[in-house]
Amino acid sequence: MNVTIVDYNSGNISSVINSFKEVAKDKVNIKVTSDLKRIKSSDKVVLPGQGSFKSCVDALININGLVDTLNEFAINNKKPLLGICVGLQMFADIGYEEIETKGLGWISGKVSKIDNQKGKFKLPHIGWNEINITKDSKIFKDIENKSHMYFVHSYEFVPEDKNVISATTDYSSNIVCSVEKENIFGTQFHPEKSDKIGLKIIDNFINL
Amino acid sequence: MLKNRIIPCLDVKNGRVVKGINFVDLQDAGDPVEQAKIYSDGGADEICFLDITASNENRDTIYDVVEKTSKKCFVPLTVGGGVRSVEDINKLLNCGADKVSINTAAVQNPEVVVESSKKFGSQCIVVAIDAKKSGDKWEIFTHGGRNNTDIDAIEFAKKMEDSGAGELLVTSMDRDGTQVGYDIDLMYKISSKVNIPIIASGGVGNLDHLVDGIKLGNASALLAASIFHYGKHSVKEAKEYLDSKGIPVRI
Repeated sequence: MNVTIVDYNSGNISSVINSFKEVAKDKVNIKVTSDLKRIKSSDKVVLPGQGSFKSCVDALININGLVDTLNEFAINNKKPLLGICVGLQMFADIGYEEIETKGLGWISGKVSKIDNQKGKFKLPHIGWNEINITKDSKIFKDIENKSHMYFVHSYEFVPEDKNVISATTDYSSNIVCSVEKENIFGTQFHPEKSDKIGLKIIDNFINL
Repeated sequence: MLKNRIIPCLDVKNGRVVKGINFVDLQDAGDPVEQAKIYSDGGADEICFLDITASNENRDTIYDVVEKTSKKCFVPLTVGGGVRSVEDINKLLNCGADKVSINTAAVQNPEVVVESSKKFGSQCIVVAIDAKKSGDKWEIFTHGGRNNTDIDAIEFAKKMEDSGAGELLVTSMDRDGTQVGYDIDLMYKISSKVNIPIIASGGVGNLDHLVDGIKLGNASALLAASIFHYGKHSVKEAKEYLDSKGIPVRI
């Protein structure tokens, strides 16, 4: 099996690479590339993302044909794709970080700043927070409800259809922290930085 | 609910730990990779390396350490010490650091903070503020606490937030190494001034100091070195104690 981590200059992805390689060992091929052919021929794709919504979308667009290839992979061919952090946020129609920016539009909704209740909550939301699993997602196999995951973000994905939400976390309000829509998976938290329990989520994705 | 973080800090010099855990069963007590792994297995919420390598020719040793550690520890790794430029930050991130802490360079050239947070995202830019009390205010020190800049620490903290820092690592130079507790006033004043999380550092000698850092200092995270290294307390004990005092921690 081939799992491709999309390398589109979206910031620091070394931790994502390390964690997938740790889980995959020799059983699965982990490729890190923006090569369109390689992505097309993969069994699974991981879309990481760090920095702002706008900078990630810009970086995707900058690689000629990448957005079309991802659309073909995830929407037409319905192959499994996991978005992490801004990778998840880009599933939305639109994001409001820096400036209004169009997303991939895979899951209807928007990405807006977390309401910090006039400074009552520090932003970014950094650290370990419990997840409330709201749906029996395949990537949560053997993951206990209220497990701790590592977060670092200031913006949240607000999907229109609440049925796609698979987990939320409590920070000023119930923030969507995981989604599943058919073959498309996303986590706002960083499984690659969430110790053994995070690696289990990666393992679940690899073994889908 | 978001948990308060416990971050053990390891001083690394020429690729070796100089202040670290004193466990007898360690294969190699000077190996930063092994020590970091012990901490992350023991429940540390993040790991911090402070590179105190003095000579330029040995500066590259930290990259190797970071690369090896990031392949074994799957909790966030912050690296600081001697970070001068956007290129230094880029190199550390590429080696597997999740965050980079900037001290002297942030004071001398705040553009580094602006530029790097734009390029890599605020989430990986930590500004380390070393402050010393002077009358009724605190002043910023650079170069590992040797040079006084006369810059007001609280104003500087605000400026760093505006420049794009994602977190502030606040160290009291008066308290560092004394084990008499964090400078609570300093922590509280900075935490009240900025809306980004602060990591309290400098002076922890017992578990009550950790409690004070959160309850009185309003810090989001606690950095400590000696209290963990010399086997006085484990990270687990520290967390259980905080939990018993009603402070949310990940156990």
